[in-house]
Amino acid sequence: MKYVDEFRSPELISRAGEEIRRLADPKRHYRIMEVCGGHTHAIYRFGLKDLLPENVELIHGPGCPVCVLPMGRIDDGLALAAEPNFIFAAFGDMMRVPGTHGSPLEYKARGMDVRIVYSPADALKLARNNPEKHVMFFAIGFETTAPSTALTLVRAKAEGLRNFSVFCNHVTIIPAIRAILDSPDMRLDGFVGPGHVSTVIGCRPYDWIAKDEGKPVVVSGFEPLDILQSIVMLLRQLRNGEAKVENQYKRVVPWEGNSAALRAMAEVFELRPYFEWRGLGFISQSALKVRASYAEWDSEQRFTVPGVRVTDPKAAQCGEVLKGVLKPAQCKLFGRECTPEQPVGALMVSSEGSCAAYFNYEHRKPVTIASSMAL
Amino acid sequence: MATPAAKIRFREPQIEMAHGAGGKASRRLVEGLFAPLLFGASPGPLGDAAHIQINGTRIAMTTDSFVVKPLRFPGGSIGELAINGTVNDLAVSGARAEAIVVTFVLEAGLPTEILEAEVRAMGEAAEKAGVRIAGGDTKVVEHGAADKMYISTTGIGRLLTGVEISPQSVQRGDKVLLSGPIGDHGITILLARGDLDLEAELRSDTRSVFPLVDKLVQGVGAGVRWMRDPTRGGVATSLNELARDCGHGIVLFEEKIPMRDSVRGACELLGLDPLHIANEGQFLAIVSAEHAERALAALRATPGGEEAAMIGEVREQPASCVLVTTLYGGSRIVDMLVGDPLPRIC
Repeated sequence: MKYVDEFRSPELISRAGEEIRRLADPKRHYRIMEVCGGHTHAIYRFGLKDLLPENVELIHGPGCPVCVLPMGRIDDGLALAAEPNFIFAAFGDMMRVPGTHGSPLEYKARGMDVRIVYSPADALKLARNNPEKHVMFFAIGFETTAPSTALTLVRAKAEGLRNFSVFCNHVTIIPAIRAILDSPDMRLDGFVGPGHVSTVIGCRPYDWIAKDEGKPVVVSGFEPLDILQSIVMLLRQLRNGEAKVENQYKRVVPWEGNSAALRAMAEVFELRPYFEWRGLGFISQSALKVRASYAEWDSEQRFTVPGVRVTDPKAAQCGEVLKGVLKPAQCKLFGRECTPEQPVGALMVSSEGSCAAYFNYEHRKPVTIASSMAL
Repeated sequence: MATPAAKIRFREPQIEMAHGAGGKASRRLVEGLFAPLLFGASPGPLGDAAHIQINGTRIAMTTDSFVVKPLRFPGGSIGELAINGTVNDLAVSGARAEAIVVTFVLEAGLPTEILEAEVRAMGEAAEKAGVRIAGGDTKVVEHGAADKMYISTTGIGRLLTGVEISPQSVQRGDKVLLSGPIGDHGITILLARGDLDLEAELRSDTRSVFPLVDKLVQGVGAGVRWMRDPTRGGVATSLNELARDCGHGIVLFEEKIPMRDSVRGACELLGLDPLHIANEGQFLAIVSAEHAERALAALRATPGGEEAAMIGEVREQPASCVLVTTLYGGSRIVDMLVGDPLPRIC
């Protein structure tokens, strides 16, 4: 199995599309939220919306760890790394995210030592190879990436590597989903559950969504067939009046999660009492910080963080797009003042951002394109 | 000659890496700063090579520079890129390369054996491509002021008869041809940099495409409307430039685009779009519908063109955009590259 080709089989995808059309009750309008930004991108990249009937609507959720970070945290990270002997290391996805005075790439052009790394272990390697410099790793991501940051900190401590620290911006997914469900402007029928976060936390953390809120959740993979099959499973539950958590991504997601990863996270991190999310405001117990036992490797405990709160430009509607209240194209700045090259907010540059997905893949498609496809 | 009223539309305060990546930022720089000041009042669409008339003879002229790290990689080196890249720019503007002049900017401290290896590679590539290296210049800069070696080339060529290519001649119904699999060069370079723990049996596809272009033009003549070699920015950028220049839409059929499994796998893993990855040994051709089958057959019958494919067609909608369709009925717009392709987080 190649694990890509099979899940893109045109025949199976067609069948899934037919099943969706069969299951969707024409008298209902279904609003299904895909939580994870990776799913948003997959949906646009594979043109999956073209395969759904009109009454099955996909709402984009806040599962983009770059997008939900307030601009002030990016400014903080760049301010910390402004010392001449610092190296600012981050994933490629961070590089074009706008801070108040520019993105990391723009800071790099102005002389800051900014490096793209593919994992926190690479950042640690940078520290080993540059003993006269301090490497600050801008850690970002939901529970998907938190374990690797944790393991890197464990290793840094074990090696006694002093010229390395982590500026921790890891956030957790459940509070974000809770904030969506608590929001008065949202009416949702079900969730396509995040696939990669679930490889770490498992499927149990979503139980309350089904039991207390009465909404079905299907944890999904990222190939076209995964997503379509998850929608089939959701529609089946809705047709039968059920609300439970199901795992479509069985080949990767264990129901109980990854205990080694969770243990590493517990060893290194604790929950912040509260954390500010772009668009969702302050949410308690929603973000991770480094424990005192690892203080030496926590940029915030070792150095002074400016901690400036920066509000988004008034006209920007990042928050509403993040919550799914607005579609990207409905934001007043979309495609005008805010484009991938001149982004106002992170949603337009992050590879998980719904504005970026919409702008890059969709918004210039004529509405009639799907029907004019003579293949 | 800049007219007194030449308007600079380039407003950015400093030059960034993105301005050299071959995508939107590069285009802004060229159209907004260079064109108004250097290319006169109405420069016309910017192609790979300039066509100049001297005493009634039409020649094509092009220039390029090569800044690549690492200098050597599976399948080639900077020297070969320099020669083949220039030959190809001339080829896709419908010309046979006749002569190239070369400038070296060398970093003090560069070991002679490295320079020798590149010069040798250039000589071999030139001989293989049938082009003369007619002269050159050398400058040496201080240690740290150049990344070992920068090579710049200028090539001139003789326009082939029967070729009239321009974006304006592209029409609805024309077909999009591609000479072979995409992504080999860009992914090879990415892996050769050693930052990624990825290995693949990949080589750069650097080669002269002139023999294929020649056969195409011989077979189809005026049926060839437009050609381009999709280097930095990839197929997506080249076709977006065309779509913008001709105003039509270009629809690509995803399953028809030739690509090696290793390129596809690397792109999947890194979250890169193969359509944005640089190629150094391929070219795109827009061919009239009536000639398309014959053109494709001519390419496939030529050594090096066996994997040529018809990957799409020109349509009215979506105007000035490139759309990629999938076998199961989905579609997405694919835009020019913005900045450098950056691998994703999760």
